[in-house]
Amino acid sequence: MAQSPNSNNYPARFITVGLVLLSSALLFGLLAALQYITPGWGRDQFSFAKIRPLHVSSAVFWIIIGAMGAVLAFFREHNEKELKNKNLIKLQFYLFTAASGAILISYFFGIFSGREYWEFHPLFAIPIAIGWILFIINFTTNHLKLKGAPVYVWMWFTGAVFFLFTYLESNLWLIPGVRNHLVKDMTIQWKSYGAMVGAWNQLIYGSSIYLMDKIAGNKKYSHSPMAFGLYFLGLFNLMFNWGHHIYTLPAHAAIQYIAYIVSMTELFIFGRIIYTWRSSVDFARKNIHKRSYQLLVSADIWVFLTLGLAIAMSVPVLNLYMHGTHVIVGHTMGATIGINSFLLLAFAYDIIGSSGKVMAKNKKLIDRGIILANVSLFVFWITLIIAGFLKAFWQMSDTTEPFGAMMVRLQPWFTTFYIAGVGLATGFTMIIYPLLRKQWVNRFGNTDYTKSATYTNLVTEDASEEYQA
Amino acid sequence: MSDYKIKTLVFVGLSLSFLIYSGWIYFHEEPESHPASRAAIMGKQVWQEKNCGSCHQLYGLGGHLGPDLTNVIDSKPEGYIRAILTAGTPVMPNFHLTEKEKDNLIEFFKYTNTTGTSSPKSFTLHTDGTISK
Repeated sequence: MAQSPNSNNYPARFITVGLVLLSSALLFGLLAALQYITPGWGRDQFSFAKIRPLHVSSAVFWIIIGAMGAVLAFFREHNEKELKNKNLIKLQFYLFTAASGAILISYFFGIFSGREYWEFHPLFAIPIAIGWILFIINFTTNHLKLKGAPVYVWMWFTGAVFFLFTYLESNLWLIPGVRNHLVKDMTIQWKSYGAMVGAWNQLIYGSSIYLMDKIAGNKKYSHSPMAFGLYFLGLFNLMFNWGHHIYTLPAHAAIQYIAYIVSMTELFIFGRIIYTWRSSVDFARKNIHKRSYQLLVSADIWVFLTLGLAIAMSVPVLNLYMHGTHVIVGHTMGATIGINSFLLLAFAYDIIGSSGKVMAKNKKLIDRGIILANVSLFVFWITLIIAGFLKAFWQMSDTTEPFGAMMVRLQPWFTTFYIAGVGLATGFTMIIYPLLRKQWVNRFGNTDYTKSATYTNLVTEDASEEYQA
Repeated sequence: MSDYKIKTLVFVGLSLSFLIYSGWIYFHEEPESHPASRAAIMGKQVWQEKNCGSCHQLYGLGGHLGPDLTNVIDSKPEGYIRAILTAGTPVMPNFHLTEKEKDNLIEFFKYTNTTGTSSPKSFTLHTDGTISK
């Protein structure tokens, strides 16, 4: 199934655009954080109201565009058949690339919808919804067969369908009957966001199970009753645990009880999967796939760290202390950077960075980047949690200290957080650079992807490269 | 029953439960004490267009650079709020709001104040881990 060197490889292109967006998220993240340590800096030209959406939207689009690329690439490998509907995939790619670019530009002009996550003008919702429908068509018409399929195919299907549902739901505020009732609006908004994160996690976790199978060299786990049991529990969480976002909102009490009971067990489940898998993989194979393996292990660590926080946050009494503080930011950073980004980078290294001269040449740079990113993220995460707890005590005490004074008191923690953020951005740049460099060398997207589409070829190719290096 | 049928049934069952739960969320009446006035609705539009939520919170949801404003109308005099909306602060830019926009935003804050209390201190903690007002 050889592919012409000049033919277009859209899954790799999705990953590449995702990596560019991750770079943008890092840049604007640093600019946004700068406003915590130098209050008032760039107040008028680079206001937080502009920089924060640039950071958040870049990060969200990195996750969803990267996840789509990984799913399309791995689904093609899984089926061992070339993707059909090339023109539709092309259209899907250009819709997302153009929409995400136009959205970032629109923020510079101060055009917003003012909604969390999706802070862009509602008109941009149209190309994104169409693009996602095309993704569903491209996925379902490419030899999708759920009967007898491994768990990751179910997870991809679930993620694709539920993301569209929750995305459309997140736009219900456009209806006056929703928009004009604050509590209802916020309830639906956070219902959709909570489930949407669960949906993109289905795409990403599904891909990670696929990659783990590939590294392990067998599909025993992904067909097991345990894998499906855990998948359905994850799906159950996606649907019903979102209420922990709004425990303090005066919504119906049943929402609190349902979310509390269902709780957030998905991360625990996932940690268990990786742990079980790791013990079954022999050392030699780990080394053949070193880069992806390192990044999967990084995500593994972050699953466990984020797990503790997630469980605590699902208990309403504890949530009350953390809600509205930087603990929540720490949790979000742990999940989106520590888990989602490390997993997506593992996929990127498997899909476009598993071999080649650029990778061999930058071996040390990547190794150091992974260490620097992990250490920096840990300091970043801890600092946010400490700052969050200090704010929590302020919120719960009877102090008359004004908000501004409390923020000044937290300055040393914000400074540490910023320094760690610089380390994190540097580490990620060291990981991303060789991938982008390789894509650039290969003239953006023309990598000979299918050459490494089978496990045997991957082993041979990588082993040969390791030997030469 | 085959393995595939069981999986399909569980999937469909969960999806139907989710749809029913979603329908209930969409259509049940939230216990809001007062409906939003026309000016408050316009104020909410200003809040969104200026992306106030990137720095400020309502019910603890939003950005962390500025304070939660759900009950700001209770804690600060209206004149103080209007002065900040007019001139900004050393951290908050001057958004050059028109007088009408400022009036609407203040109406919006009056409305958010009627919907409930955001302070975590206002909750009662229970030994089973739940919270209530």
